[in-house]
Amino acid sequence: MKSETADGKNAGTGRLHLGHSSFGSRLLLGTGKYPSEQLMQEALEASGTEIVTVAVRRVDVSKRGHGSLLDFIDPRRYTLLPNTAGCTSAEEAVRTARLAREAGLSSLIKLEVIGDAKTLFPDLEGLLQATRILVAEGFTVLPYTSDDLVTAKKLRDLGAAAIMPLGAPIGSGLGIQNRTHLRILLQEIRDIPIIVDAGVGTASDAAIAMEIGCDGVLMNTGVAGAKEPVRMARAMRLAVEAGRLAFEAGRIPKKLYASASSPEDQMIE
Amino acid sequence: MTIVVNGEPREVPEGSTVTNLLRLLELPEGRIAVERNREIIPRSLHSQTQLSEGDRIELVRFVGGG
Repeated sequence: MKSETADGKNAGTGRLHLGHSSFGSRLLLGTGKYPSEQLMQEALEASGTEIVTVAVRRVDVSKRGHGSLLDFIDPRRYTLLPNTAGCTSAEEAVRTARLAREAGLSSLIKLEVIGDAKTLFPDLEGLLQATRILVAEGFTVLPYTSDDLVTAKKLRDLGAAAIMPLGAPIGSGLGIQNRTHLRILLQEIRDIPIIVDAGVGTASDAAIAMEIGCDGVLMNTGVAGAKEPVRMARAMRLAVEAGRLAFEAGRIPKKLYASASSPEDQMIE
Repeated sequence: MTIVVNGEPREVPEGSTVTNLLRLLELPEGRIAVERNREIIPRSLHSQTQLSEGDRIELVRFVGGG
């Protein structure tokens, strides 16, 4: 288990540290796929999140009178985390990251290099290449990656600000399918945060990720696709908080047989 | 002159700047990133950057995403 001391990333404050910033909420929320922008706005609020992901896309120049997503996201309240979703090469991802920095005036980037259309699994070679370039350009790089420890170590050594392993395929809602691999990552990568990115389908999934010691959870479809996104956002907030508290509190060891909770002597005879 | 904006050919007056183009398209200056021939034009240079015949312009913004 990861401890709360010594290695700095969680020392004392209980806050999530990413690059030079720290955050009170450990839930990172996406802004895609909501039934409406109003519902998205309410869900962000209910989730307590402080970091919201956005995608970078072409403006539709055939339209007039552009409403902006940013009309619904208060920049004083939320930190924008642009992604490179949909990019399938390091080159494309780097280009998108640079455009995101120009559009948003911040150097945070959720780096995705997709290697397979069906699973949306990351192209780890491209991810490492893009990380190297973007770190050199001063970006705070948060790479969406697999749960592979060797890649995670390389990403860390290249200067990534966090490791963001998937718990299951993006948008699948399958929950945390790789608990053992995540635990290994948590044991071996102790100097930067580990944030589960993708796979969460319901509150218990988020709680499990946090209970095993992950530093945060990033989700989108699990909230946006729920029958009632605003209630699910609140559920996720509570789950992330509950899971974190349980982790910090330190769970009891698992035993095969019972151990009585009530005194076993002084029984009435 | 003809330039290409987000993949579509478009006529703009000779000597147009990036700022002129954004006004022509009724796009707000803030939070739109502009690339000309694969090079980002920082916001601070929009008003002094003149477009040339055949320029390939990308205009991007943030949309909902995970």
